[in-house]
Amino acid sequence: MVRVPKLPLFREDPKMSTAPDAKLAQDTAPLSGAEIVLKALAEQGVDVIFGYPGGAVLPIYDALFQQNSVRHILVRAEAGAVHAAEGYARSTGKVGVVLVTSGPGATNAVTGLVDALMDSIPLVCLAGQVPTHLIGNDAFQEADTTGITRPATKHNYLVKDVKNLSKTIHEAFHVARSGRPGPVVIDLPKDVLMAKTEYAPAPAKAHPTYAPRTEPDPKAIAQAVDLMLGAKRPILYTGGGIVNSGPDASAALIELAHLTGFPTTSTLMGLGAMPAADPLFLGMLGMHGTYEANLTMHGCDVMVNLGARFDDRVTGRLNAFSPNSKKIHADIDPSSINKNVRVDVPVVGDAGKIVRAMIAEWKRRVSAGAKPDKKALADWWTQIEQWRKRDCLAYMRSTDIVKPQYALERLQALTAHRDDVYISTEVGQHQMWAAQFMKFQKPNRWMTSGGLGTMGYGLPAAMGVQIAHPDALCIDVAGEASILMNIQELSTIVQYRLPVKTFILNNQYMGMVRQWQELLHGSRYSESYMDALPDFVKLAEAFGCVGLRATKVSEVDDVIKEMIAVKRPVVVDMCVDQKENCFPMIPSGAAHNEMILGPSDKQPGTGGASNGKGPISEEGMVLV
Amino acid sequence: MPNTPAAIERHTIAVIVDNEPGVLARVIGLFSGRGYNIESLTVAETDAAKHQSRITIVTTGTPMVIEQIKAQLDRLVPVHRVSDLTQEGAHVARELALVKVISKGNERVEALRIADIFRAKAIDSTIGSFVFEITGSGEKIDAFVNLMVPLGLAEVSRTGIVAIARGETRM
Repeated sequence: MVRVPKLPLFREDPKMSTAPDAKLAQDTAPLSGAEIVLKALAEQGVDVIFGYPGGAVLPIYDALFQQNSVRHILVRAEAGAVHAAEGYARSTGKVGVVLVTSGPGATNAVTGLVDALMDSIPLVCLAGQVPTHLIGNDAFQEADTTGITRPATKHNYLVKDVKNLSKTIHEAFHVARSGRPGPVVIDLPKDVLMAKTEYAPAPAKAHPTYAPRTEPDPKAIAQAVDLMLGAKRPILYTGGGIVNSGPDASAALIELAHLTGFPTTSTLMGLGAMPAADPLFLGMLGMHGTYEANLTMHGCDVMVNLGARFDDRVTGRLNAFSPNSKKIHADIDPSSINKNVRVDVPVVGDAGKIVRAMIAEWKRRVSAGAKPDKKALADWWTQIEQWRKRDCLAYMRSTDIVKPQYALERLQALTAHRDDVYISTEVGQHQMWAAQFMKFQKPNRWMTSGGLGTMGYGLPAAMGVQIAHPDALCIDVAGEASILMNIQELSTIVQYRLPVKTFILNNQYMGMVRQWQELLHGSRYSESYMDALPDFVKLAEAFGCVGLRATKVSEVDDVIKEMIAVKRPVVVDMCVDQKENCFPMIPSGAAHNEMILGPSDKQPGTGGASNGKGPISEEGMVLV
Repeated sequence: MPNTPAAIERHTIAVIVDNEPGVLARVIGLFSGRGYNIESLTVAETDAAKHQSRITIVTTGTPMVIEQIKAQLDRLVPVHRVSDLTQEGAHVARELALVKVISKGNERVEALRIADIFRAKAIDSTIGSFVFEITGSGEKIDAFVNLMVPLGLAEVSRTGIVAIARGETRM
C-alpha cells in the first residue's frame, strides 16, 4: 500500500544566501556581545548553526537577522538541535554549533551534550543566561547551566565580561576540536550580549594549558611494531578515533591492514573507516558483532587497538576478554589507557598519525630483514574463514512477513550503487541490524549514538547530515519507539525542504527491551509493548512528508525505490516481524566465545557458541 | 586481563590549576562522578600573578585507579600539571589543626602538658578553654586529638594535607 499526499506548501527560508556580510567583516568599531558571537563564529568557519530562540538569546537572534554569513536552522526542540549538530559534525569532521536559550533551553540540550561527550563529537553550544546581576536569584528561565553541564561537557565557560567574549569563543572551538573531541558550552548572560567592546580575532598561538599530544612516541611505535612483527594470530581492532582523525587515517588503516595482512574488525563507532567490502574486514565486533570478529578477538595473540576504548559492549566479561593476547592501545586520550583493560604497549597520539608511524616502522624493519610469520598468519586466516562460514548473520527467511533483516538487506542492495548514502539510526534492535546489514565503504557515512545510546538521536542527526550534504541520500533507520522521541523534527525537515528518509522498522515493541525480557526475564514483556501507536503514514502526511508503508515481502522493494525516487522527506512504515531477535549476541556478563547465535544456525555449538538460549549468569543479569 | 584483586594504595597528588570559578567543582565532580575516594583535599592560590592555585589531594585506590585519577585530572582544561608525590619520590606532608579543649583543674593542666609534648601552641585561652594549634603528619594530629578526648575535647578544625617534594625537584 503506497500513498503519496499532495505537495505541501513550503515556507521560504530567508537565510539561504551565503554571501559574507560586508558590514560584519569590516567594521572595527565596538560591537555588541551578540555581534561578536556571530563574528567569532564566522571567523571559526561556521556556516550553519542549529538553534531555538528565547528571551535570553534574543540579542543573538537580532544579530543573526542582520547578517548573512551564518545560516540558522530552526529546530522544534533543543534536543533536536544538538543531535542535528552532531550529525553535521560527524558527517563533515567540522565542529557542530548549537544556540539555545537559558533555563529549559539549556537543560533540554543536556542529553545531546552527554551523547557528544561519550562519542567524542566536537560541538560548541551557545546558551543564553539571565543577566549577570540576576544570576543566583532564581530569575525567570534561570538555571545553573555551567553547573548542570560540567559533567556533560568536555569543558564549559560562563562569560561575565564582554571583553573576554571573543577569546572565550575561539578557545571553545580549540578545545572542542583538539585532542579527543567533545562538546563545549558557553553560557552567555544577556547583559554581556548587549554590552559593547572591540572584537579580538582568534589568537595565533596555542592555548596555554590545553595542548593534547598528537605525535606518538617513536619508542612506543617501535615496541608496538615489535609485537606486530612477531604475531602469529593478530587482529586490528579499530574505533571512532580513526574516523575522528579524518579521511587520511582511514586510508592509512587500509594501507596498514594490507601491508601486514592482519584481519581487521571495528567498533560501532568506527564503521566505514575500513571498507565493509574489504576481504580483510571481519565486520563489527562486540555484543552484536559477528562470530568471526569476536572469536578472532578472543583467540588472537596480538591485539592492535586503534582509536577504540575497550567499551563494555565490546569486551564482554573483562576477565575473559581476549585472555592470551598482548595488547597495543593507540588513543589520543591518556585516560583511556588502562581504564578498563590493562594493555602492554600504550601509544598516546592521533590515531591517523600512529597508523602512519606504524606503517613506516613496519616497512623499515622488513627492509632491514625482519620477517613476519606468514605461515602462522595463513593458518590464522584458515581458522577465521571457518568461523566466517558459520554465516552468523543468517536469519529465518520468510516469503510473507517482512523480517527486519530482510528490509535492511534490500535497503542496502538498492542503495549500494550510490556513493553518497548517509545512514543514521536511533537506538535498539534496528540500530544493531543497521550496523550488521548496511555496508559502509567510507568513513563519516554512519551516524549513531554509541556510548550514550540515545533514543531520538537519528532523525535530527539525519537532518544535520542533510544540511551539510544537500544532495546526498540521508536515511534514518529507526524503530517506531525511538522515532517518537524526536518526531517533531519532521517539521524542521519540511521547513528546510530536506529530503531526509525516515525508515521505520516497526515491530510495535521496544524491540531490544523485549529481546532482553525474553532472554533474561522469563518473557514477561513489562511495558515494552507500544500500544496505541500512531499511523505513521498519516503522521508523515500531517507534517507535510510523504508516507509509505509496506506490510509484506512483496512490497518492500517498491517502497524503498519510491522512497529514494521521491525528492522530498519520506517516512516509511516498514511493518516487520514482531518477534525477531537480534543475533549474534554476547549476553551481558559473558565472554566473546560464549555468544548466542540465531535460530537459523544449524551447527552444534562449536567454539563455545550456542543457539537459542544462552548462558546468562545471575552476575550477568545485573549488568546492562 | 585476570581479575586479581589489587592492593589499595594511598597517594598524595598535587595539581596546579588556573584559579578560575568552577575549577574546584570540576575536580570534586570528577572524583564523585567516577567514584574515586577523597581522603583530604586542600586548595589555595599559590601564584597570584599567574592566577594559579595548588590543590593537594590524598586519595586511595588500586594502582590502576590511581593512574586513572591522574590521567583524568590531567585532561581537565584548566589543569596545568599533575604530580603524584607518593610515586615520584620523597616528599614532606603536613597538616594543621585547631583543637578546642574545654576543661577545668587537672584535666586542663594535663591538656597543656600534652600540648607541650606535641609542640602544639595555645593560641587562644580563657579560664575554661584552650585552642591549640598543631602541625604535623595526619597520624600525629590523630594521636593528639585522641589524647584530648578524655581531657575535654570540644571541637576540631583540620586543613587536610599539604605536601611538597623534597630536594631540588619542582613541579
